[in-house]
Amino acid sequence: MRFGGLLANHDVTFDIYPGEIVGLIGPNGAGKTTLFNCISGFLHPTEGSVLFKGENLIGLKPHEICHRGLVRTFQITQPLRDMTVLENVMIGTFCRHPQTSQAREKALAILETTGMWPKRHQMGGELTIPDRKRLEIARALGTEPDLLILDEAMAGLNPTEIQDAIELVKNIQAQGITLFIIEHVMEAIMPIADRIVVLDAGRLIAEGPPSEIVRNERVIEAYLGEGRHAKRKQHSS
Amino acid sequence: MPKISRKTVLTVLLYLGIVAITPLCSKAPFYRHVLIMVGLYGLLGVAWNIMGGYTGLYSFGQSAYFGIGAYTSTMLLVKAGVSPWIGMICGGILAAIVAAGVAYPCSRLRGPYFTIASQAVARTFQILMTNWDYVEGAIGIPLPLMADTWWLMQFKGKMPYHIIIFSLLGIAILVCYYIERSRTGYYFRAIRDSEEVASSLGIDTVRQRIIAAMVSAFFTAVAGTFYAQYVLYIDPESVTQHALSIEIVMVAAVGGAGTIWGPVLGAAILMPISQYARALLGGAGRGIDLILYGIIIMLIAVVRPTGILGFFQRKPAIEGEGGDDIGTTITASTGTDDEVRGSAGQS
Ligand SMILES: Nc1ncnc2c1ncn2[C@@H]1O[C@H](COP(=O)(O)OP(=O)(O)O)[C@@H](O)[C@H]1O
Ligand SMILES: [Mg+2]
Repeated sequence: MRFGGLLANHDVTFDIYPGEIVGLIGPNGAGKTTLFNCISGFLHPTEGSVLFKGENLIGLKPHEICHRGLVRTFQITQPLRDMTVLENVMIGTFCRHPQTSQAREKALAILETTGMWPKRHQMGGELTIPDRKRLEIARALGTEPDLLILDEAMAGLNPTEIQDAIELVKNIQAQGITLFIIEHVMEAIMPIADRIVVLDAGRLIAEGPPSEIVRNERVIEAYLGEGRHAKRKQHSS
Repeated sequence: MPKISRKTVLTVLLYLGIVAITPLCSKAPFYRHVLIMVGLYGLLGVAWNIMGGYTGLYSFGQSAYFGIGAYTSTMLLVKAGVSPWIGMICGGILAAIVAAGVAYPCSRLRGPYFTIASQAVARTFQILMTNWDYVEGAIGIPLPLMADTWWLMQFKGKMPYHIIIFSLLGIAILVCYYIERSRTGYYFRAIRDSEEVASSLGIDTVRQRIIAAMVSAFFTAVAGTFYAQYVLYIDPESVTQHALSIEIVMVAAVGGAGTIWGPVLGAAILMPISQYARALLGGAGRGIDLILYGIIIMLIAVVRPTGILGFFQRKPAIEGEGGDDIGTTITASTGTDDEVRGSAGQS
């Protein structure tokens, strides 16, 4: 993907297998959100392809991709402000259940599993940040995806809230949904991810299980910066 | 099938009661004329609301669809003797098709850009009608006086017009109730809040916007046919002028956009004011009603930005219904909070 002279994503090739949790990490501005936008149809990449269940998604619109079972959340949370939490999730469940009563029932079930049920009558615009993040996920779950991609769903949460979010993610995986997660909070993503993909300056620089990634020289260099890298070396010696 | 609640039955009875009793309060033709204007603008406001209120597409070009309705039925009647009832349906369908043709290329336009585009289309349409000889251009078309019959929608008295316009309004309100409860209504409101979120959740936003525009244009054109049959004379000045588009928005904004009864309430408040101001002050009154409108708008903007019906809603505007100054500052600052906390968590 190119923005004018800037190559925001270049030569990024990797696979996600059904049932996995794959983490996407990389410094700020590495091109993670851009990659999500390309996958979910919000941007049309200048080159390359995105294969999902054997079909190339390039050129499809976001709503078409959603109907094929791939849905994303937004890094900057966007609750539908003038709608209640329940109505927000119903917008998701309408995707598979055109009848209002069915969509409502399904949405209530999702609110229960995501812990948002007590707040179902609050307006989207009134929610606190952790609740907004949670609503993003609940709404996306409403579309009954096979692959859910989360853009920094845990950024800005405190440690207890992060623990809750981790539980939620594990819960979603247990339902058979594959997850692809951009996450800056290392303590959150490392324990739950099966594999990690690392982007730096738009390029894929490493891919592998978390235990390998934390030891990968290039990742430490790019991600933690030279300073920390040096410090680590001192520590280990 | 959805169950019919007691509240629905009461609402229907109340509507029918008010519609039946109001014209009996006075035999004065002018009083009855004002009631008909309330019904006409109520219908126009309800139609605008489907686009502007629910979907957030603030059309300032509804006069084009009103004109299409008025001209279609009138031309069919004058040239081919077709009943205005059939003309009304044809006008509505034609307006819906034109609305779809306008909505598609405008589907990337949002907020004020959409408003400007809608206005440009309507103004172009007015110029077209003014210069088109086949429809008599600026001279206009007087409708031939024929029999006093339902088939030709021509009456000497005002009561049949009253019944017709409030029946049409009733149908439009029923359609709104249906939309509000169905997936379409939820989708419209989601689009009003955020097209990005809507499309990420599987909504074909272009398609939904076109549907909203078509339904809205259909009812606006139906009102246009009614107007032609009521006044029995149309010209570009009366049925396609920009002031009409503005009045339609006013009616909905004053009563409460995004609610079913808001535009009806708005028409019930504004129409008597403008009609009596014009009547009392004669030619000079034409300006006075606009001044009164201005004052009302300012009052609404200051006291209750969500319109008069906002007074009765369960949520005060400050809690994020949008439009309220304080409300927007609060939500805007939480937005930045999110960002600040977000980057804090990243470092
Ligand atoms: N729509 C856009 N137009 C131009 N540049 C963009 C656009 N979106 C992102 N960028 C640039 O692309 C780079 C990657 O951004 P982004 O994908 O948001 O990074 P990340 O999510 O990894 O922090 C940044 O340099 C950013 O400024
Ligand atoms: Mg990002």
